Amino acid sequence: MEYTQDVSHEYTSTGLNHRKLLMWIFLGSECLFFGSLIATHMINRGASDLIHGQSPACLLDIPVTSASTFVLLMSSLAMVLAVNAVDRGNIKNLRIWLFLTALLGSGFLLFQVYEFNLFVDEGLTIGTNLFGSTFFTLTGVHGTHVTIGVIWLLSVLIISFIRPQMFIGNPLNVDLVGLYWHFVDIVWIVIFTVVYLVGSFGVTCAG
Amino acid sequence: MATVNTVINGMLNRPVNPTGLLSWITTIDHKRIGILYGTTAFIMFIIGGIEALMMRLQLSSAEAGVVSPEVYNQLFTMHGTTMIFLVIMPMGAAFFNFIIPLLIGARDVAFPRLNGFSYWMFLFGAILLNVSFLTGGAPSVGWFAYSPLTDSTYSVGHGVDYWVLGLQVLGISSLAAAFNFIVTIVNMRAPGMTMMRMPVFVWMTLVVSFLLVLAFPIITVAITLLLFDRMFGTTFFDTTAGANPLLWQHLFWAFGHPEVYILILPAMGIVSEIIPVFSRKPLFGYTVVVMSGVLIGFMGWGVWSHHMFTVGLGPVADSAFALITMFIAVPTGIKIFNWIATMWGGYVRFTTPMLFSLGFVAMFVIGGISGVMHSVAPSDTQQSDTYFIVAHLHYVLFGGSIFGLFAGFYYWWPKVFGRVLNEVLGKISFWLIFIGFNVTFFPMHFLGLDGMPRRVYTYAEGQGWEFWNIFATIGVFIIGLGVFAFLQNVWHSHRHGEKAPADPWDGRTLEWSVSSPPPEYNFARIPTVKERDAFWHYKYTEDSENRPVPIVRGAAEEPEPEPGSIHMPTPSYYPIIFAAGLTLIAGGLLSHISVSIIGGILAVDAIYGWAFEPPVEPSATDADGGH
Repeated sequence: MEYTQDVSHEYTSTGLNHRKLLMWIFLGSECLFFGSLIATHMINRGASDLIHGQSPACLLDIPVTSASTFVLLMSSLAMVLAVNAVDRGNIKNLRIWLFLTALLGSGFLLFQVYEFNLFVDEGLTIGTNLFGSTFFTLTGVHGTHVTIGVIWLLSVLIISFIRPQMFIGNPLNVDLVGLYWHFVDIVWIVIFTVVYLVGSFGVTCAG
Repeated sequence: MATVNTVINGMLNRPVNPTGLLSWITTIDHKRIGILYGTTAFIMFIIGGIEALMMRLQLSSAEAGVVSPEVYNQLFTMHGTTMIFLVIMPMGAAFFNFIIPLLIGARDVAFPRLNGFSYWMFLFGAILLNVSFLTGGAPSVGWFAYSPLTDSTYSVGHGVDYWVLGLQVLGISSLAAAFNFIVTIVNMRAPGMTMMRMPVFVWMTLVVSFLLVLAFPIITVAITLLLFDRMFGTTFFDTTAGANPLLWQHLFWAFGHPEVYILILPAMGIVSEIIPVFSRKPLFGYTVVVMSGVLIGFMGWGVWSHHMFTVGLGPVADSAFALITMFIAVPTGIKIFNWIATMWGGYVRFTTPMLFSLGFVAMFVIGGISGVMHSVAPSDTQQSDTYFIVAHLHYVLFGGSIFGLFAGFYYWWPKVFGRVLNEVLGKISFWLIFIGFNVTFFPMHFLGLDGMPRRVYTYAEGQGWEFWNIFATIGVFIIGLGVFAFLQNVWHSHRHGEKAPADPWDGRTLEWSVSSPPPEYNFARIPTVKERDAFWHYKYTEDSENRPVPIVRGAAEEPEPEPGSIHMPTPSYYPIIFAAGLTLIAGGLLSHISVSIIGGILAVDAIYGWAFEPPVEPSATDADGGH
């Protein structure tokens, strides 16, 4: 048998980095995870008990949620610029864009806290009816993902101050959080479309 | 006592060259993790077997009083859950761990610490599930846990909560392992090991890993919703609140049917390695065998509703799922014919691993055929919830998966432990298990067709079921003797076994090119692969009539590693700490919230510690390379 004399530490059969490949497979798995939650919401559409004599979908505030969706989309733009900065080796810009991504992500979360509070004030909690169960679980799980993303972004930001040399010529650690962040954004686009836009379609509400 | 040289890094001193117990707790060597997986799974196999034995004793005569109805329900729930999640899956993982890196010419898996984490999550999940027996009752709702039986109204006590949280922990373990093996197989093949040169077992592992990655999120969602229903008052499965009554069944079986292929494909891979070796022929139709495995992986997603033929989905849905279920028998049948064609005209040696492989093929054919019978929806309506189904699923999962895994035990034992198993005892164990298995499960076909319902703790006298029931119970004792003969063999081999040579079976694949047991770094030099069955072609050439002719070579072909040239990953505490933290979070939901908080702190600590320690400690490489 022939032996390869020098298989370096970084060698991979496909040329892809191990961790990047892992992240892609993980995101594939997450698709089925969110898919099941969204399907659970959709399968019960219209089956829920009413609240205040009308469909619980009437509580959805599409203009406000459009604003929060815009904030989250802008965070993706900031993320792209952070990845771009690390690709160019510009650590200062990397920090700025990472911080902005985390800030916009937190802004989205504040919108969600506001929305959840509003719903609870209106009498809709996770145990009120089927809509409450599926809505709070789906958007809550998504919000948890965003929270983890913000913590991850801030961790990378702090590391960029402690060990800036880690990022010179090695964009991987920023790439990975970027992939995750964009995925969480895309999931929100689906949730916004399916739960808010399609969910309100054809629902008659008083006032 | 354990001695530790440590490297200061992050929050804990890192064990660099631990010995004794600590070396096992901190190990990230894929071979040691494989042994841990196999040992733990075998202990669970004994426990699951005892549960089965108690059920069979209860059913051995009409209106027996061996166990109470409540305990009987717990037994069949835990028997199914144990055998699926704690025996067959982790036994498969044991082989993935030990063998895959050797088969593809790699020194370890892609993420050694993640690998350790997977094992500890599996162990802790297994403990969490079984603790329920001691804390006021195990789950008693079946391994499929249909709603609304699992609602807090109907399932009082913590049994279902243990089931849910145990499966969450086990699911994380399986997902982490599957991510790891996909990356390992896709990315860590030796130079020249193209996808279509990979051994079939590697291919089947890849398919299984993809099934795990895509199926486990679905059950994760299902059990999370169930947990919310039970703990936070949601109404996902509460039909009085308008919930869809079939949601649980769809979510469960959309996971559950791919899970069936997760259980059987590793055994198919093992058998595809063994039959060519003991027939001295390459696998017949390699490409077709691989592609049928991939096709089974795809089609496995389109058959889940055949578990739900009796819920009334309507003729269109029933027909569609019936047809796909019939079609999935085609790639499975193709594999059977390929194994037979591999043996045809070969020089067949009936060693113990070969006997178990042949047993696998024969028993799996029986289970497969009764499976096709179930695909006929009207016929299935008659057989549903009878012992006929119990017979079918045991022919597939015991006659299939467990036989395949036993074949793997006997085949790779010399490689893993460096000692040969006794062939006479091996053959005795095979025949006892084979006969005992058929005595136990074949009569269940008759019982089922006679209308005996499953999951019922007893039956009235005079229905003609007594004879076959006592017959089946006797079979369990014969299986038990067979398993005992295997354990006796292990003990005998451990005490008196011959030292195994590197290549005891005249093998075809790369694991036989290294010593038994393999060195810590597996390959002193990474091999370059030029064709399928790389090691065979290293040993043999062919004459003009395609007969193998040994190649005469000088001794000591494999070079010694240069000192310090191999950088093996350094052991770590964080995998077990992270696993313990996550398990405590789950345990806290069953006991007190403070336990969850402690678990959360441990888990966060472990994540950061893990992220900040390098896979290989720079100052530790000399010590590792020369190990």
